[in-house]
Amino acid sequence: MKTYHLINPSLKDFNKLKKSDFIYLTSTVYVLRDMAHKKLLEEKVFPLNLKGKIIYYAGPTPKKKGQASGALGPTTSSRMDKFCKEFIKKTGIIGIIGKGARSREANLCQKGKVIYFAAPGGLGALGGNSVKNSKIILYPELGPEAVYKVQLENLPLIVAQDLKGNNIYGE
Amino acid sequence: MRIIKSNLITNTVAQLCQKAAYNLPKDIFESLKTAKYQEKSLAQKILKLTLENAKIAKKGIFPLCQDTGTAVLFVELGQQVKIDGSLDRALQNGIKKGFKENYLRKSIVEEPLLKRKNTKTNTPAIVHYQIVNGSKLKIDLMLKGGGAENKSQIKMFNPTASKEEIINFIISVVKTAGASACPPFVVGIGLGGNFEIAPLLAKKALLRKKQNKNLNYKKLEKEILTKINKTNIGPQGFGGKTTALKVYIEYAPCHIASLPCAVNICCHSCRHAGAVL
Repeated sequence: MKTYHLINPSLKDFNKLKKSDFIYLTSTVYVLRDMAHKKLLEEKVFPLNLKGKIIYYAGPTPKKKGQASGALGPTTSSRMDKFCKEFIKKTGIIGIIGKGARSREANLCQKGKVIYFAAPGGLGALGGNSVKNSKIILYPELGPEAVYKVQLENLPLIVAQDLKGNNIYGE
Repeated sequence: MRIIKSNLITNTVAQLCQKAAYNLPKDIFESLKTAKYQEKSLAQKILKLTLENAKIAKKGIFPLCQDTGTAVLFVELGQQVKIDGSLDRALQNGIKKGFKENYLRKSIVEEPLLKRKNTKTNTPAIVHYQIVNGSKLKIDLMLKGGGAENKSQIKMFNPTASKEEIINFIISVVKTAGASACPPFVVGIGLGGNFEIAPLLAKKALLRKKQNKNLNYKKLEKEILTKINKTNIGPQGFGGKTTALKVYIEYAPCHIASLPCAVNICCHSCRHAGAVL
């Protein structure tokens, strides 16, 4: 287990990372979950440019006045497995943050293209505290399930699946 | 007759929302602390972060978890109590108020399949009423996250099933839950009753703070906890000795043909708070 501080990483920066490495991530990420996946993939023209970006499976609490964010932590990644292949193909994302083991198909379509980070689940206060800026950029009508653009600073993460396909949760 | 004003109930429930969402119960905090010393490497680091998370949340700016859950209320109403107004409305208004004022996430949709429109208030809360003797009103609020609730299960066993078969089922539920349900868990087990009672007992078990009063069931709770902690799922599913912090069993009489067993998985953020009026 090595520890790295990553600032606005590119896919090349992920080559050195191995499963179980501990990361502090400083980067812009796009937060979305179940309903936003469904809606985005139903759009005739994909409304976001996510090429080279990192997405985060989550839905924050509302932010208090003067705060950069509400509590923010991962939701169960496996619920997004059925969208994974098409989503990666349509967007060209390079990283996914979530929690828990994924299906064999999802693991396979991430391999070589997308790194999978696990954020420690249930630590929403710690996550919210690592946000410098957040705003809803799409589907505000979905409330906590809207798409958020979030600027993270030093969010603790664990490499759950590295680019070679080694997975912390096993096969 | 003792009269309790519905306003008081609403305000009490709203306060319970704040307490539960921002304050990790002391017994859970202490168990995490003990576990931290028993673990090493990544597992220890995760538990350290979990304790840090609880300390940040206590300051009142960020709730413990972004999933502030389904609000589940266990209400014990004394027969000598008369409510000035509607009890159900008072409770639901308390949840609305508590979730709004404390910036908690509204996670409830109107119906499950067709439109899934968010109610924007986190209501309706799920309320379990029990009429009891006396002149008090007891309210326990649980904020139950969706990730762990999704991993809960029930199985109807034959009445001749062995203790080992029951334990194996519980272990299999814990293994299936894995990292997605945010271990280390509190595991609530409902034994007996029938198809609707066993899960209710399992849910209610999560409110407990002490091991079983019945010594045989206390022994069983300990045995199951030891076996769960040998699965090496560990904190956040990254391996380790701490897969569950507590195992609580609630049991009830049942039919000669049946042995229902329900397992309710609760994440490490086992959030509940209670009040007696």
